[in-house]
Amino acid sequence: MTRKKMIKKGSSSSTFTYAPALESSALVKLKKGHQLFINGRFVPAADHTTMNSINPATGKLLTKFSVAKKRDADKAVQAATKAYHNVWSKMPGIERGKYLFRISRILQIRAKEFAVLESLDSGKPIKESRDFDIPLAAAHFFYYAGWADKLNYCVPGQQVSSLGVVGQIIPWNFPLLMAAWKIAPALAAGNCVVLKPAETTPLTALLLAEVCQEAELPPGVVNIITGPATTGQALVNHPAIKKIAFTGSTEVGKLIAKTCAEQGKLVTLELGGKSANIVFEDAAIDQAIEGIVNGIYFNQGQVCCAGSRLLVEESIQETIIKKLKRRINTLRIGDPMDKNTDIGAINSAEQFQKIKKLVKAGKAEGGYFYESTSPLPSVGFFHRPCFISQQSSANLLNRVEVFGPVLSIQSFRTPDEAIAKANDTPYGLAAGIWSDKGSKIQHIAQALKAGVIWANTYNKFDPAAPFGGYKESGIGREGGLHGLLPYLEIKS
Amino acid sequence: MPTIGLKIPHGGKVSIPYYPIDMVNVEERAKSFTTRSIKNAAKLEALCLAISMTDLTTLEGADTPGKITQLCHKAIQPMPESYVLGFKNAADFPAIPHVAAVCVYPAMVPLAAEILQGSGVELAAVSTAFPSGQLDFALKLKDVKKCVQGGATEIDMVINRGAFLSGRYQKVFDEIIAVKDICGERAHLKVILETGELITYDKIRLASWLAMQAGADFIKTSTGKIQPAATMPVTLVMLQAIWDYYCETGKMIGMKPAGGIKTSKQAIHYLVMVNEILGAEWLTPKMFRFGASSLLNDLLRQIFKQITGQYANDELFSVD
Amino acid sequence: MKVVKTIKLYIDGQFVRSESGQSFSMEKKGSGKKSPEQFARIALASRKDFRNAVEAAKKAHNSWNARSPFNRGQILYRMAEMLSEKQAQFSQLFQDALGQTPKLAQHELQKTIDIIIYYAGFSDKFQQLTATVNPVNGPFHNFTTAEPIGVVAYIDAQNFSLAKILNNICSIIVSGNTTVSLLGAECPAVLAPLAEVFATCDLPAGVVNLLTGHLDELSAVISTHREVRSFCFADESMTLYKQMKAQGVDNMKRSALVTNAVPTLENILHFVEYKTIWHPIGL
Repeated sequence: MTRKKMIKKGSSSSTFTYAPALESSALVKLKKGHQLFINGRFVPAADHTTMNSINPATGKLLTKFSVAKKRDADKAVQAATKAYHNVWSKMPGIERGKYLFRISRILQIRAKEFAVLESLDSGKPIKESRDFDIPLAAAHFFYYAGWADKLNYCVPGQQVSSLGVVGQIIPWNFPLLMAAWKIAPALAAGNCVVLKPAETTPLTALLLAEVCQEAELPPGVVNIITGPATTGQALVNHPAIKKIAFTGSTEVGKLIAKTCAEQGKLVTLELGGKSANIVFEDAAIDQAIEGIVNGIYFNQGQVCCAGSRLLVEESIQETIIKKLKRRINTLRIGDPMDKNTDIGAINSAEQFQKIKKLVKAGKAEGGYFYESTSPLPSVGFFHRPCFISQQSSANLLNRVEVFGPVLSIQSFRTPDEAIAKANDTPYGLAAGIWSDKGSKIQHIAQALKAGVIWANTYNKFDPAAPFGGYKESGIGREGGLHGLLPYLEIKS
Repeated sequence: MPTIGLKIPHGGKVSIPYYPIDMVNVEERAKSFTTRSIKNAAKLEALCLAISMTDLTTLEGADTPGKITQLCHKAIQPMPESYVLGFKNAADFPAIPHVAAVCVYPAMVPLAAEILQGSGVELAAVSTAFPSGQLDFALKLKDVKKCVQGGATEIDMVINRGAFLSGRYQKVFDEIIAVKDICGERAHLKVILETGELITYDKIRLASWLAMQAGADFIKTSTGKIQPAATMPVTLVMLQAIWDYYCETGKMIGMKPAGGIKTSKQAIHYLVMVNEILGAEWLTPKMFRFGASSLLNDLLRQIFKQITGQYANDELFSVD
Repeated sequence: MKVVKTIKLYIDGQFVRSESGQSFSMEKKGSGKKSPEQFARIALASRKDFRNAVEAAKKAHNSWNARSPFNRGQILYRMAEMLSEKQAQFSQLFQDALGQTPKLAQHELQKTIDIIIYYAGFSDKFQQLTATVNPVNGPFHNFTTAEPIGVVAYIDAQNFSLAKILNNICSIIVSGNTTVSLLGAECPAVLAPLAEVFATCDLPAGVVNLLTGHLDELSAVISTHREVRSFCFADESMTLYKQMKAQGVDNMKRSALVTNAVPTLENILHFVEYKTIWHPIGL
């Protein structure tokens, strides 16, 4: 009997294609419409208006969700205020902590459901939702649960108390994770929250609301109101809100900061960045390539702390670019639901157009442009990982935050030049340093004006590690003890 | 960048660069290959490819002519036609290739050579006082000579770790050159680094480069006699060295992880890694081998599962 | 005939006149509305003076920050020593210009000296109460340190209190920041002897710069100067604070409202930035 020969005879190569390995979306039960979560219940918006949420990988409609207006925001703040005065501020810290532990546990149990929903709504690869976003979100609740009854340790020698009701506005790049970053410390510190998710990614926040119900969190402690920017504005302007926490663009952050200043509200901001990834000739080269690729192409570059500027020591520039090109071409661009996908869809049509426009303008200024040779899916908002080099620090793509898979490359000759170039930006969120020499790392780390420094690594996050920016990348920190402080009033 | 300068025979020098490797990062990257999902037709192809890349190995003090004979026959026909016909969906089974080579101790070489004659299966002999290498060099060379004369088509030698770890790199280098000289055109040379004794990835990179410069046709992770043997991160470092060497010299060197690869799942992870680091040109028995013994049965077991849809009982694929 | 002195500005370790040449008259407190007794002429700082002061503070920042915390503590302690030596001079000044009793003046001075000593002793310790080694879930050494933020503007209260002034200035500079301070209008020419304290205690030039002037004229340049990274506000006007905060948004200026004269850890932490550093642990 002649049997099929699996390996082609005479050829030294066999095609090693990865068959589609789709994660099933059967776990997720998408309703026809989603409502606001106020005072422990799902309610429609007062005027019953809704918005569409689409799947950026297909362009198709996923579901509809309610648009909260001022009346709804008022209701939510009222619910939070009542819950604060009657229940949450009276509850001992250890009990508050137990709710947070419970939420974390439920998130872990329902992890797959959340991961699938996150990828459908945001366009990020299922591999990332599953291995990064969801576990880390659960970890944040777990971490802050443990602080709830230990607030007296927060500022040595001083007493602290909660603030009251806080308004929180989060972006679309890590929808569930950003919700966790905001809600967990606020609740641990004894506050009640009204959270507004991004308009293109409301779904996992609303599923989190279900988890709050499942955890029997007292009604009104967490409220989630969905809608566009105007919904957020209603929160920012609300007189009963003591503090606003915002993560998003520097442009909008400044407007919010201004309003909060005028109204005497506390505010913490986590804004944009144009972070430098500095590679020295004595770096572990192949690992630096991983760090560069991870730094700018993780989550399709839609990361505030993305290492969007590569500063490479001139002596190894050629080697690095050669290896980088090769590595870029092994990134698999495709269906976010495919477990083998490395690069997913851009979050929305709007963001997709923004990136394309910036790349076009940046290319027009000259220099050398390279993009991945990998094929793109025929539908959906997909952008090839790319880079531009041989431009000056003043050129567009070296200064403006693209928020996409676009890297700019510059060279330097000396460590001082690297430091100067790295700091030459109004932003100051993160930086990467690659070198095998310890003393050099310490020196450069001290000199960089960035709130997070990744030395011989990149894009590492942990609930215990404070995260936030210098200069126009924001004010305040999230994570760790330092991330708890902005949610407390410190008494002299 | 610090480099080590080495003299080559007949005058001339080469330099081996010191190339720092970050451990945490390497291990993360290695782990990322294990989350690739290979299914259906691609999986079947991978399983068959893995069989064709296996160096079926027996290296026991208790090896006997009987054991070697049975092993060689299994190497030539891992799953005879008569065996397949007994299974469900028998017609759908693909052609099971023979393995790449049989790997034995020098004493067993003549017998194995006789049985494998004309089969297409290569004969690899572990040589140079394998596994420790702690023997007078002249005697080690005699060992290689005897193996080659006895019919070995591949020599798996061990580097002199004592010399390497005490910084006597010239000696390590010279020994590999001398062994390669004896192999000549008749046998290809695999150089075993014994990565479990070198410990750091920096040293493993250094040893890899040194071995390739000295004339290795293949670099191999381990003897399999100590732990840890082959691991994904160690193999990754060596694959990256192979790529850089290829870019610099145009020479394609092969890779053999050996020891500790027992399951098809692991084997497929390695193949994914080779695919993404070196590309399709290395996905052939000419450029990549698994040094394994029990792996073969697991590959057959998985092919069985794929075709019949059933999980095999242990007895079906457990005896040589 | 009394010789009326002109109190100059203190910028970059030098006493300088306002570049506009202008000054205003300061009356003795409680000297009566009918014929107020002039106490001194005070230099009127202009926007350009503020700009020059910021330049000096920026220049001084790198070297002040590069000193060891121990060294900064020693300098602060010497500041307390210098103030202590000048107690009699200050006491007389408060009595003459503010009509204070010797007892009151003495109390204020002692309080101020204690405040300076508090910060001197904290200079190489507060880091241990705020820096952390973070127990991340992975093979990484992860630590957070508090770093100074740069040039901090200090807007003093209208109601004069030496203790309040030093509480704010010391909490700003102890971590390595430098400051440009606008002293309140009722400040009774204390700038001169205060600057002398700074100058004689080995405090490097430019670390503390003292200006006198009208807050309503200068608030805009203070809140919009991009090199000023933060401002400490002790003035009584909440409206002005909010206004300056809103104006400072352009360069994400940090700010702190500190109206008391109690030295605390929190005061120091108002003017630091937290930096988190990750490094793999491996071979």
